[in-house]
Amino acid sequence: MANEHISLRIVKDKLFKLLVIGFSFASILPLLFILFYIFKNGVAAIDWQFLTELPKPVGEIGGGISNAIIGTLMLVIIASICSIPMGIAAGIYLSEHQQGRLSSAVRLCVEILQGIPSIVIGIIAYVWIVMPLRTFSAVSGGIALGIMMLPIIVRSTEETLKLIPESLKEASLALGVPYYKTILKVIVPAGLSGIVTAVIISIARVAGETAPLLFTAFGNPFMNLNILKPVNSLPLLVFNYAASPYPEWHALAWGASLVLAVFVLALNVFAKVITRKWKVQF
Amino acid sequence: MNADREQYPVVSLYSADKIISEKADVNFTAPAENIFHSLLAGAAVFMVLLVAGIFLTLLIESLPSIKAFGIRFLYGKTWDPVAGEFGALPFLAGTLITAFLSLAISLPFSLSLSIFLGEYSTKGAVPAILQTAIELLAGIPSVIYGFWGLFILVPIVRGIEMKLGVAPLGIGIFTSALVLAIMIIPYAASLGREVIRLVPDELKEAAYSLGATRFEVIKKVVLPYVFSGITAGNLLALGRAIGETMAVTMVIGNANVIPKSIFAPANTMASVIANEFTEATDHIYLSSLVEIGLLLFVVTMVINIAGKQIIKKMSVQV
Repeated sequence: MANEHISLRIVKDKLFKLLVIGFSFASILPLLFILFYIFKNGVAAIDWQFLTELPKPVGEIGGGISNAIIGTLMLVIIASICSIPMGIAAGIYLSEHQQGRLSSAVRLCVEILQGIPSIVIGIIAYVWIVMPLRTFSAVSGGIALGIMMLPIIVRSTEETLKLIPESLKEASLALGVPYYKTILKVIVPAGLSGIVTAVIISIARVAGETAPLLFTAFGNPFMNLNILKPVNSLPLLVFNYAASPYPEWHALAWGASLVLAVFVLALNVFAKVITRKWKVQF
Repeated sequence: MNADREQYPVVSLYSADKIISEKADVNFTAPAENIFHSLLAGAAVFMVLLVAGIFLTLLIESLPSIKAFGIRFLYGKTWDPVAGEFGALPFLAGTLITAFLSLAISLPFSLSLSIFLGEYSTKGAVPAILQTAIELLAGIPSVIYGFWGLFILVPIVRGIEMKLGVAPLGIGIFTSALVLAIMIIPYAASLGREVIRLVPDELKEAAYSLGATRFEVIKKVVLPYVFSGITAGNLLALGRAIGETMAVTMVIGNANVIPKSIFAPANTMASVIANEFTEATDHIYLSSLVEIGLLLFVVTMVINIAGKQIIKKMSVQV
């Protein structure tokens, strides 16, 4: 460095800056490309009929994705019922017991859970629920998605509740409020925005998951409201139709991609707005 | 500041008042208290049981395959469901090549993003837009990446392959690595940005005061300081790349052979499970697929824990 002339060093500095800026902006180009193609090909496919009708057989024009929309909602609801209460309770436990052997074991397990590839969760749901019931079902898919939501909810609940000052809890306890009411009516409401954000983000994560549904919810060309029967979901429909050789089905898949992308990205933006406007602050 | 301070005793007094007035039966609270404690502890124990259950289930379900093939499963080159011969080497090779290739492609981009957002531009509209874009990129479902890759990227890659004179399939390892690289940039970049912002100003100022340019400060002060953090971010990204299923399944071409070049079709551990699990009719076939799932579980677990440990050490040190 010392032997280089100062102007050379300045040139290197400028070049490096250009390089960094160039690569940085280049890395968001794929986002623009993806959104552009989804909108371009998806908007053409979407109309009222698309949202309310069932898919039609190959060769017939039209048809919609109503079964997949309803199926995705069913799966998300089942997953939420399975994971939200459990996840919040475990998160409260972790924030209340910051040290201890059980807490560190739970933290490790949550980390492991977060890293498990989604396809492996699919295998688990298959072995645990599809094999005993002897049928693919909405409930098995919902549970697979629920397992994927858990780590996100547990971690964010813990992180949020840790931020709430001890004095708030002490004030409540000093007034003679029982511990469980202190937690449920003082601590949890104070951290509610963080918990709600976590739930929304976890729903956004799993709503787009396909891999754990391949051999649990399985997909279904018809409308189904029975949780013990296979259901279709938006990502499954995109996967199945994209792999088909028929242009009509490709059009349906583009439309479904657009609906899915808008849904997931809107949830993400919504979660961000909540964190901004309704922040835990002390 | 003052207003804040006065606010929360009032809030808590109000809520405490409301709570007490509801029911203050002392005898009644004791059992509720115990139930509440055991509910919380139960949820915590459930997490441990869940992970243990997942591991044991994978292990038990893959026992038939482990017994039949033993260690040969890891280096066997033939995957032939008809003959009942299962070796996972093609998928191990496919996974490793795809994952590391995608990491190599994403590295300049994620590193640039970390440096740009962590060092050059920390406040204002431009970094906020970039940051949001990265978050959205991370939020797009993987099946959409796969679909987009199949219809947009595959023809482009086919064009490149024609120019290079290799078989213009379009699908294959290279295309998968491209799609994966786009998908993992956000993971490495957001952690990289965080650690670069943690570099103490004193260190940088000391270097500047000695006459270093910004490039030299970044190269000789910032990057050595955050090396382990950047490594951790890329480890986590690698873990994602290894476990990613849908996008890869749609563009890798599903060939159960050891890939001969980076343009050849192949299969990864995740994609072979996705493709063949529902077709696996006999017991040993299913069991072999579950064993691949077990391998996937163990590998991603080790990578993730290693990454998280590095992050923990960093945050203690800083």
